[in-house]
Amino acid sequence: MEGMESGTSPSDLELLRSAREGQWVAFEALVARFEPRVFRLTWRILQQRQDAEDATQQTFISVMEHLDQFREEAAVGTWIFRIATNQALAMLRKRRGRNTVRLDTQANQGDDETPMPHPEFIAQWRDDPAELAERREVKELLGQALSELDEKYRMVFVLRDVEEFSTKETAELLGITESNVKVRLLRARLRLRERLTRALGDESTRLAPDHGHETGNRVT
Amino acid sequence: MKCDELLKALSDYVDGDVDPSVCHEFEEHLAGCNPCQIVVDNVRKTIALYKAGEPYPLPEEFQRRLHASLRARWRQKFGK
Repeated sequence: MEGMESGTSPSDLELLRSAREGQWVAFEALVARFEPRVFRLTWRILQQRQDAEDATQQTFISVMEHLDQFREEAAVGTWIFRIATNQALAMLRKRRGRNTVRLDTQANQGDDETPMPHPEFIAQWRDDPAELAERREVKELLGQALSELDEKYRMVFVLRDVEEFSTKETAELLGITESNVKVRLLRARLRLRERLTRALGDESTRLAPDHGHETGNRVT
Repeated sequence: MKCDELLKALSDYVDGDVDPSVCHEFEEHLAGCNPCQIVVDNVRKTIALYKAGEPYPLPEEFQRRLHASLRARWRQKFGK
């Protein structure tokens, strides 16, 4: 393959360039590199396996159709994830369209109007994330909690905290401002924290959320 | 700091992404506030838990179908 040094694997860009010239093997290698993460990203956004499969397939079809349009200043991965995010969003809109509820990922309304959810159930968790992550009932809890979030908060949490896109990248992917990203991320984190802590927190360590915050007193 | 300001500072603090004067004020508050310390810990653990979970491995059967359908499409497009 073009640009391939012996003993080193080709870069994403090298694979893309070879694919552009009609090399199936290069395109397939690119797909293999990104399909797990694309699937995971679309699964977390859509919360349904079949939809995630469809979105994943559409993503790579779109990549194939637009190989010539890829501008080499960007990173191949970022480009592919943007396509995947857009596919997932399109599917959410279609889903919402069927239920005649407007998908509001762009609008900022509600972010500043509804009060910030203040922590109520405050307790230490009984176990560490590493142990918890193994348990099936915890995996179900994670999925459940995520699906209970408003879509616009779920999107930001998945992209920022789970997939580790930067604030700037997340803002670009969703077409919102960085400030929107931060506010939505905060809301997502607080809701998830509340939900998970109620299930995973040790009641005996529970504390009341009282410490002069409500009065707005300056704490020195 | 008022409650909403504290919550906002908390989120930025978890990211290590906060203006030094806000950070200092928040850390001072945190030093004397057990509930907030626990909330910060809870948020960190929440994020870690979602990152650690790998509940969505790519189904093998789907992967086979995906590659087969992409291959067919590729042949149509490039004729090889």
